Amino acid sequence: MTTTTINTAKVLRRRRIRQEWGRPWLYLPLTGLLLLMITPFLWMLSSAFKSEGDIRRVPPDLIPTSPTLANFRELFSSLDFTTMFANSVIVALAVTAGNLIFCSMLGYALAKLEFRGQRAVFGLVMATLMVPGLVTFVPLYVLVANMKLTGSLLGLILPFLATPFGVFLMRQFISTLPDELIDAARVDGCRELAIFWKIILPLTRPALATLGIITFLGSWNNFLWPLVVAQNESQYTLPVGLALASSGQDFTRFGVLLAGAVVVLLPVTIVFLLFQRHFVAGIATTGLK
Amino acid sequence: MPTTTLAGQGAQEGDTVGKRPAATPSLRRSTARGRQTRAAWVLAAPFLALFLAFMLLPVVWSTLMSLTDTQSADLRTPLNVSFTGFDNYVRLFEDPQFFTALRNTGVFVLVALPLTLAAGLAAAVALDSGIRRFRALFRVGFYLPVITSIVAVAVVWKTLLEPHAGLVNTVLAWFGIDGPAWLADTRFALPVMIVLAVWRNLGTVMIIMLAGLQSVPQSLMEAAELDGAGAWQRFWRVTFPLLRPALLLTAVTTGIGYLQFFDEPFVMTDGGPLDSTLSATLYAYKQFGNGNYGIASAAGYVVFVLIIALTVLQFRMLRDKD
Repeated sequence: MTTTTINTAKVLRRRRIRQEWGRPWLYLPLTGLLLLMITPFLWMLSSAFKSEGDIRRVPPDLIPTSPTLANFRELFSSLDFTTMFANSVIVALAVTAGNLIFCSMLGYALAKLEFRGQRAVFGLVMATLMVPGLVTFVPLYVLVANMKLTGSLLGLILPFLATPFGVFLMRQFISTLPDELIDAARVDGCRELAIFWKIILPLTRPALATLGIITFLGSWNNFLWPLVVAQNESQYTLPVGLALASSGQDFTRFGVLLAGAVVVLLPVTIVFLLFQRHFVAGIATTGLK
Repeated sequence: MPTTTLAGQGAQEGDTVGKRPAATPSLRRSTARGRQTRAAWVLAAPFLALFLAFMLLPVVWSTLMSLTDTQSADLRTPLNVSFTGFDNYVRLFEDPQFFTALRNTGVFVLVALPLTLAAGLAAAVALDSGIRRFRALFRVGFYLPVITSIVAVAVVWKTLLEPHAGLVNTVLAWFGIDGPAWLADTRFALPVMIVLAVWRNLGTVMIIMLAGLQSVPQSLMEAAELDGAGAWQRFWRVTFPLLRPALLLTAVTTGIGYLQFFDEPFVMTDGGPLDSTLSATLYAYKQFGNGNYGIASAAGYVVFVLIIALTVLQFRMLRDKD
């Protein structure tokens, strides 16, 4: 009994000392790893504001000695980054809105309603979660081409409006809501669709935030599909524009390309920092991103 | 109206399910069931319409395509092709380039998957129980590559790895090391892809592990500490077994992603030099680019089969030890 008390006191004291900083030696390897992880970003950010000569100076300066906006000016004047930026925003917002609406509707039906065909629908949707994107890529392209959608932004939006991942996430979340809520509403004479709109949807806000952010980031960074489907500059999204610029002969011009990378990265970084909590929660619950 | 009486009872007794009147329960349940079915299909319809058109149809279509001689010339008349059985699969396995692609994919998964899991787990444990200050800074820093567009990644890393002016070789030169032309050297190109993949995916593993670590009961750790277990023992005997389900889930999802290894070589090397970074999915994409839609679909299905095999294997490992 006495030894336990002494031990407990000792443990508590040690814990109090650690409470402030944890294990000091761990900061060294972690800082090393952090530097490895973010050096590419520091290099990108710093070089985007340098002239071509300064970028190639050895050793490189972290803070540009004579900062310039020339790279950004050139980006927006020669490459029409304004249109691409607008396209990226339109496509990402439309895809996000579609997923929020359609996935929560089906997610609720699968989680809380009993209906014939329920298991078949769920099985079918979940089975496609594992199908590699490249398997459907070719027929999807043929389909969209035959629908004459390759010349419009719709071709970039329609195929991504309803994704199995979203259904999975929403169904998982809605399953955790108490059944009594729905039963009580039914007893009160609330109609089935009204239960969904008025009672369930407001309660799914955390899951909707998660799904919204994941979908937005995914759409913003989506690259292969728009690269193949977009036919001219008026439909390019930011990643497509940047990819084409970097594969051209211009690749020697580091500054402009790195400025482009900054423009692509900035919006998602802001979205991520603002909604970090929901984003992290969603990944942690589904194991997917 | 029966609903009014029911509502009254529910409000009085606080329990609506168990206290329903015994009269005509089956009739009421069946109409309730009918209402639910109708509502469910109304809710499901928009999703299912899009899903059938843009997911299920392409899946079925690509299965058929992999069994026909579809070429890009057949784009406008997709039904006007001949059925060739498993010819595409036979041709696929006769192509040495496809074997190179499969081998590269295998090496990539076998090396990058354990590295990513170990690095992500280590980072999560260090952030969860190792340090107290600047946690958010480390977390955001480790996670930043995950949300970065692969195109931006490619631009930045290509400039970093540039043989003459790139930062990597500049730093190596300070130590008297003559850095190679990373992406143009068959010995280094695939290892660079692996490093890049670990860099991009470590953050995802870390986040899932952090969530898993938070579910480890504090009382268990304190009990182990009082019993005299050191930090190392506490991790392997208490934390690790509890993390196993989360770890295996991460292994499955990361493994599925890695088997489809595509982005890095597509934007960095285009599969080169000399096919040293050609992956199975990149091979399929190139066949698509060449207009061989049948072969491209068949290659996609080979990857799909590998994904299912890996998933089954990993879930079996999960079940055995439960």
